[in-house]
Amino acid sequence: MTKNVPETPASQAELKELAARALAVRKGCLESIASLGVGHIGGSMSVVEALVALYFRHMRLDPADAKAADRDLFVLSKGHAGPALYATLAEKGYLDRALLPTLNKGGTRLPSHADRRLTPGVDMSTGSLGQGFSAASGMALGLKMDGPRPDGTMRRCWAIIGDGESDEGQVWEAAAFAAHYKLDNFIAFTDFNKYQIDGSTDEVMRLHDLVAKWEAFGWAALRVDGHDLAALDAAILKARGMKDRPVMIVLDTVKAKGIPAFEGKAESHNAPFGAAELATTLAALDATAEKEAQHGR
Amino acid sequence: MADREMRAAYAQALVALAADDRRICVVEADLAKATGTGPFAKAYPDRFFNVGVAEANLVGVASGLAATGKKPFAATFGCFASRRAYDQFFLSANYAGLNVTLVGTDPGVTAAFNGGTHMPLEDLALMRAVPGLTIVEPADPSAVEAAVREAAASDGCTYIRLQRKPAPDIYPAGEAFKAGEAKVLAEGGDVLLVALGALMVGEARKAALLLKAEGLAATVLDLYSLAPIDREAVLKYARLTGRVVSCENHRVTGGVGSAVAEILAEEGVPAKLRRIGAGADEFGEVGTQDWLAERFKLTAPHIAAAAKSMM
Repeated sequence: MTKNVPETPASQAELKELAARALAVRKGCLESIASLGVGHIGGSMSVVEALVALYFRHMRLDPADAKAADRDLFVLSKGHAGPALYATLAEKGYLDRALLPTLNKGGTRLPSHADRRLTPGVDMSTGSLGQGFSAASGMALGLKMDGPRPDGTMRRCWAIIGDGESDEGQVWEAAAFAAHYKLDNFIAFTDFNKYQIDGSTDEVMRLHDLVAKWEAFGWAALRVDGHDLAALDAAILKARGMKDRPVMIVLDTVKAKGIPAFEGKAESHNAPFGAAELATTLAALDATAEKEAQHGR
Repeated sequence: MADREMRAAYAQALVALAADDRRICVVEADLAKATGTGPFAKAYPDRFFNVGVAEANLVGVASGLAATGKKPFAATFGCFASRRAYDQFFLSANYAGLNVTLVGTDPGVTAAFNGGTHMPLEDLALMRAVPGLTIVEPADPSAVEAAVREAAASDGCTYIRLQRKPAPDIYPAGEAFKAGEAKVLAEGGDVLLVALGALMVGEARKAALLLKAEGLAATVLDLYSLAPIDREAVLKYARLTGRVVSCENHRVTGGVGSAVAEILAEEGVPAKLRRIGAGADEFGEVGTQDWLAERFKLTAPHIAAAAKSMM
């Protein structure tokens, strides 16, 4: 059985706790990638705060029972951010943290892209971009068919798509579908880190005004700093209150957030990242965390 | 008895199943009128969904529904079900280990007036490449009903290749079918005619009569499922006759003929093989179904001629 989630904004103490979780997830993710020496660091780092806000505050889950019948569902449609999801699942207690270094090694339960057959807590296999989001819309519909929980709350489906992923036509097929069926138990995020594999989204395929696009498709749409836990918390709370429409929260994020050598660079999408880079990055992350603690953030 | 519409059998089977199983649902992509699932929509409006002209999302939504424990039946023309939504069906449904039934209607030349753009002559080849997928092409309305029941009861994905048009009854109502178990419609020692689907099983039966008139005895196998394929039945009658004609409303590459050739070669069966189907380098065309069946040499006289060419 899952427990209900908070209905009020996170307190300063709770935000501090979320920040500590985000730091731990970032470190766990980078350690797993460094153990292999290469991986999707950029798009993993940009979704850490969103994952932490969901798993540690807004999603109804039971880590002791990954398949709890009354749980919310989550789809990492940008499946290549699997390493960030695994670190989050480990931090939440779904996975033994000792599994993280098995990432992408033969026989692992933690493959590059999220896989529902392999990893406890993963609800949909993703990686071919656009497909996870489309399946998530079907999952939201399936939850609606099942009706509310005994306590009257509706099970939700949550999803994260990438900005590059938003080039995919299937995203917009699903967007129209979710709005048409008024799936207000469907809350999604766009990780707008401004870079895709071949360059910036402006260079490769301009996205124009994402909020306007989602609104034009019949969604409610918000835009927020995807690394600001307080702002993120407030946006998700607002989204949870929306009726009759699915909600897209566009996250302004920084690709490779927290890795000084790679922050905001297209090259960070899938990059070499070994022991030396890890040591430098962990030191930088600790220094940043200390500075933020001193400034009361 | 008048021939029954295959699509009517499909819709009736779904309506009947849905009465006892709340997990059954139907997903359409603006072809519900063609698939004929109107009776289901009327009986179970809260379990009927139309995604519009969006086949990728059709399969995505069906996969999502399956991930919440539903048993979705998604349908569209076979050309779109296979060529257009292949990656979605491959990954979101099959790779993800979900129970999704995808129905591809208007196989091969039954696409008729929709022409070459809409004529799936490669859907079996594509679907055969999906690990673990059950591929069924029913030969009559009873087989359609069985295919629907089997697909719903299955743990994995099924591709039902469905001719919508009427087909004569071959089997009694309620006949049991199982994927991987072919039906022996005639037994004879001169040649094995191994066929799939209403059109080709019908033509193979007619060809057996043509051959009989010339003193040749044919075994006619209705494969029912291409994957799994009834290896034992193919081997038994190939060994008995030493001559095999594969009959498919499909290109000769990657479908029934290829599957049979693999079995014969792997088992070292000394049997000759002729493949009836559209040529390896041919696209579909427009025309009446009868004209197209002749154009691609799918009819009984061509099957009988292929059999005799091996005597």
